[in-house]
Amino acid sequence: MNIIVPIKQVPETSNVKMDPETGTMVRSGVESVVNPLDLYALEAALSLKDSHGATVTAVTMGPPKARKVLDMAISMGCDDGVLVSDRKFGGADTWATSYTLSEAIKALGNVDLIIAGERATDGDTAQVGPGIAAWMNLPLATYISDIEVESEKSLIVERLVEEGYERLRLPLPALITVVKEIASPRLPTLRGKKKAMQTEIRTLSTENLTLESTNLGLKGSPTKVVKIETPKVTRGGTVVEAMDDASVTEAVDRLMDFLRQREVV
Amino acid sequence: MSYIWTLAEQANGHLKQVSFELLTRGRKLADSLDTKLASLLIGNGVSAEALRELILSGADEVYYVEDPRLASFSCETYSNIMVELIKTFQPHTILAAATSSGRTLMPYVAVRVKTGLTADCTELDIEETTGNLLQTRPAIGGNILATIKTPNHRPQMATVRPKSTRPPEPDADRDGKIINVPFKEEWLDGRVEFLGYRKDAGDFENIEEADIIIAGGKGMKKAENFKMLRRLSDSLEGMVGATRDAVDRGWIGYSHQIGLSGKTVSPKLYIGAGISGSIQHLAGIKTSEIIVSINNDPEAPLHKIADFAIVGDLFNVLPELQKRLEGGK
Ligand SMILES: Cc1cc2nc3c(=O)[nH]c(=O)nc-3n(C[C@H](O)[C@H](O)[C@H](O)COP(=O)(O)OP(=O)(O)OC[C@H]3O[C@@H](n4cnc5c(N)ncnc54)[C@H](O)[C@@H]3O)c2cc1C
Ligand SMILES: Nc1ncnc2c1ncn2[C@@H]1O[C@H](COP(=O)(O)O)[C@@H](O)[C@H]1O
Repeated sequence: MNIIVPIKQVPETSNVKMDPETGTMVRSGVESVVNPLDLYALEAALSLKDSHGATVTAVTMGPPKARKVLDMAISMGCDDGVLVSDRKFGGADTWATSYTLSEAIKALGNVDLIIAGERATDGDTAQVGPGIAAWMNLPLATYISDIEVESEKSLIVERLVEEGYERLRLPLPALITVVKEIASPRLPTLRGKKKAMQTEIRTLSTENLTLESTNLGLKGSPTKVVKIETPKVTRGGTVVEAMDDASVTEAVDRLMDFLRQREVV
Repeated sequence: MSYIWTLAEQANGHLKQVSFELLTRGRKLADSLDTKLASLLIGNGVSAEALRELILSGADEVYYVEDPRLASFSCETYSNIMVELIKTFQPHTILAAATSSGRTLMPYVAVRVKTGLTADCTELDIEETTGNLLQTRPAIGGNILATIKTPNHRPQMATVRPKSTRPPEPDADRDGKIINVPFKEEWLDGRVEFLGYRKDAGDFENIEEADIIIAGGKGMKKAENFKMLRRLSDSLEGMVGATRDAVDRGWIGYSHQIGLSGKTVSPKLYIGAGISGSIQHLAGIKTSEIIVSINNDPEAPLHKIADFAIVGDLFNVLPELQKRLEGGK
């Protein structure tokens, strides 16, 4: 089985800054990591590799330094890493990102299964996975919490939704996005790290992909960020101490009054 | 002027509450553009009264596509229907709920009709000068609010966070059209097969729909103590939430996890007990209407963003609160 895992590089801290002019993130000076939710996608792919045999390729779109997340993926056990990188891809929204990634994945050829993260912790849209599926006209199953290989050509998956867990039969090739419940991610190994140093990362760009130039980057993105605000975090609420019996009673009295005033009880 | 659309959601023949919340949003947009509001429903077995309910709650027209094979959500089939209806009617804007199905279907459709989509909006407005939709959404764990527009593509598409607004008061005098759109075989995409729901889903609860959430963290000390939260949530008619620490310790199932790697909730009331308020947990609760924090550490970050903070031992405070709720005082 040929598995592709699209992974994203995201800022480590939640204190990243935004450029108010362009509405894009200022990435300089911020440590970058693999999107934590993509570790579950990597783990899902690697456990399929362990149990059924598979070739797992991690793909990331980003600036040249995004190759760091590919090293991480390989050190966890992925076979290959592909960097999709070009100045023309910069500032892409989810529509343009999913277009570019889908073309890169098509160029790699012969994919059986694409496993994306549920969402990236920076943009937090959960749109790129479904977008890639749409560009490639693949069947799509999101929020997957369990995978069972039924045959060479199909999976039985469980999908976490509002009503509970759906069970679906999914023909391959297909795209799934996975939730945290799928498995707990393995750590990189020393051997893996060595392998990462030896593995040559392929780069795909406008030079070696056939792309519709009007679909790329900031210019090709249908959505435009027009304003960025930092909402106020502190609500400046009431603080009461409840360190002994009497103050506990009083604190709960005041809480009940507060809740009644706000008409929630 | 082209219409504003909302995508209504159904499960087992019943309309979901969020379908009505979307009408609150949609009505405001339609009025400021002086156009009509239509609701699109794809599904099976929704009664005529329920469809009328959409009209009474603000829709001018309801388009209903019905077939037994549409009973459960299928991204591929539903998107075939939407793509054709979008091409036929060319709506100005489409709003869907930021639910498991809305967040799956909308990006799939947006790619197919070549337009932009903004995820999980908490505010929507019309830009006066251009009539463009201004879509505001939290990003980066709720640390920023971004306003986004789609100036050159139509329709403009957005998913809207459930519970981020109230459903409208139904108006018994409202009138509107209910239009049945006949199902076409060619829409059917049988690739993904729905087999049913898993039966043994344990303590599954959909906390995104809760009006009241009482959440516990590592300070709850052990699984056993979550029963205290359960009793409180029963008295409050709410649901139980948890931090990742509590979930990772196996004290409660993953479907209860709130935060960056769990659910985002917007209840009327969130009570956090024994929760420090890490940035990752806060990412999931910032749009709650009222936040109450119970923690014995006066410096706990959750206290800082709470509307009402009790600095104290939760093992004293929660039983006292339970007593009060049961006493009905
Ligand atoms: C990539 C990533 C994603 C994450 N995603 C999430 C997520 O989705 N959701 C999430 O919640 N976390 C998430 N986390 C974890 C997060 O960083 C915190 O570790 C976690 O939220 C802490 O949980 P807690 O508040 O229960 O525990 P702690 O931080 O240990 O806090 C326990 C609190 O209980 C208080 N306490 C102890 N005893 C008592 C008592 N008797 N009475 C009153 N108070 C008491 C303590 O003062 C303390 O403040 C994520 C982390 C990472 C790195
Ligand atoms: N630049 C990128 N490169 C590779 N994969 C990505 C990229 N952006 C998003 N993805 C994938 O799409 C998922 C959802 O991301 P998002 O839509 O940004 O929330 C992520 O978990 C990744 O699997």
